[in-house]
Amino acid sequence: MAAGTGSGRTISSTFAPVRNYLLAPSWLVIGIFLLVPVLLMLVYSFLTKEFRGGVIWEFSLAAYDQFLFDRGLFGDDPPKIEWAYITIFARSIVQATGATILCLLIGFPTAYYIATRPTKTRAVWLFLVTIPYWVNLLIRTVSMKFLIRDNGPLNDALMGIGLFDSPLQLINTNTAVQLGLFYSYLPFMVLPIYAALERYNFAFSEAASDLYAPKWTILRWILIPVVKPGIIAGCILVFVPSLGAFLAPDLLGGAKTFMIGSLIEEQFKGNAGNWPFGAAASMILLSMVLVVLMFYARAQARDQV
Amino acid sequence: MRSRFDIRHYSGFFAITCACLFILYAPLIVVMIYSFNDSLSITTWGGFSLRWYADVFTGPESEKFKLAAWNSLSIAVMAASVATVIATAAAIGMIRGGKFKGKSASFALISLPIMVPEIVTAVATLIFFSAIGFQLGTLSILVAHIVFCIPFAYLPIAARLQGIEASYEEAAQDLYAGRWPTFRYVLMPIMGPGIVSGFLLAFIISLDDFIITNFIKGAGVETLPTAIFGSVKQGIKPNIMALSTLMLVFSIALVTLSYFIGKRGADPDTTA
Repeated sequence: MAAGTGSGRTISSTFAPVRNYLLAPSWLVIGIFLLVPVLLMLVYSFLTKEFRGGVIWEFSLAAYDQFLFDRGLFGDDPPKIEWAYITIFARSIVQATGATILCLLIGFPTAYYIATRPTKTRAVWLFLVTIPYWVNLLIRTVSMKFLIRDNGPLNDALMGIGLFDSPLQLINTNTAVQLGLFYSYLPFMVLPIYAALERYNFAFSEAASDLYAPKWTILRWILIPVVKPGIIAGCILVFVPSLGAFLAPDLLGGAKTFMIGSLIEEQFKGNAGNWPFGAAASMILLSMVLVVLMFYARAQARDQV
Repeated sequence: MRSRFDIRHYSGFFAITCACLFILYAPLIVVMIYSFNDSLSITTWGGFSLRWYADVFTGPESEKFKLAAWNSLSIAVMAASVATVIATAAAIGMIRGGKFKGKSASFALISLPIMVPEIVTAVATLIFFSAIGFQLGTLSILVAHIVFCIPFAYLPIAARLQGIEASYEEAAQDLYAGRWPTFRYVLMPIMGPGIVSGFLLAFIISLDDFIITNFIKGAGVETLPTAIFGSVKQGIKPNIMALSTLMLVFSIALVTLSYFIGKRGADPDTTA
């Protein structure tokens, strides 16, 4: 986007002499209150835990060890692989992937439909998709919980039309969490794909059609490759927050649907009270996200060429 | 619309779009309807009533909600204001600062709060404040909110600035206007809509935040999301639905406002 509007003009430098003064506040605020804390968190993940929260300033690998190995109650048994935390991370990846796929399946056709409307109605459709994005996520998740609970309106409706005899037990299942993540981040998928489709030149499709390409072939081999950057951006915007989500698994799920977010929260706010372990889990989550973002940056760079 | 031979038309896409909107709105509409339910129980419909709205303002939990609403709004106004000022300066530095070394590093730093998962920011901030012995409370929430509001304010402001020709400022500077008057009387009026949308976006993002606030709020300080979360833990009560509906209406009013400001901003000054 930025490259498009800037190209063709020389880079303007009307404020170049004071550039550093203009940038310093943002550097300082984000540097001191986010970059330094993240580095400190890395340090904390290598410290010894203090019971009831906090740390003792003594180097230790216990947090990462606890993540991977089970050494028994007193810590002197031969180490076995600890599957509990690996399972939680694997579940988070599966859930985030599932939410991304669902969002793509619903979000792409929606974005396409909106992008092909006449300019006036397009704004209305777009506005309708944008509103939920601005509504408080907690309220949206609570609303979802209200809707799908055992004797909630969804089950009333399903039993009312005779689809089921007994209420569908959705709450506390992985399905509910999946539904919650999908619902939470659906607008994040529609908006970037829409932005890419809006700039798509339908002359490409018409040319293919003149050469007798079937419609779905045009979609698959011409339109989708052109708008791919938008699709990838949408997938990342859904996948990344889903991976570290807290509200959906906490409100819609239960003990068996634990995700990374809940695991981390429990170390600081809950009963576990193990700060180094929470810091280590956060570092692992952050590394996973950085890998995804690096993959994205590389894909973007490739597309620019 | 024209025919099924229209190459833009794919059958089924309209149905999926309707399904998409249905999924997005159904839970919100259901909660809105049930917030007018007269019954004490959330399952049975007992007729239309505004009692839960009265309960939000005068009921046993009303003091808690009012204080939380005050905290939420005052933190959001302050955080969004500070973040907007910082982001405006940063946008001018980035986009009107010419070519410079570390430009992409600078952009990465500004967008860092968006890239780091919220829960990680929450953990890191909590650890940082506890390590330096900073008292957790309203001030710690405010600082954290300013940090994550900066990139959200930055994006619309920078996008707006990118669409403005530098010739306006160059003309002003040719006429011996200093940098501050150039900004104040030339650039700022044109950037106005971008600055307002940046502020509104930052404001909503601050109001919306639960995870980070929940980690660093300390004992006794609640914002609306943390107060609602605390209530919901014991089950969804009708007064929460009324409160949620009020917040929903407030958010929708803000989006509509920002939509019209954005529309007014789309004037011939923008070059594409």
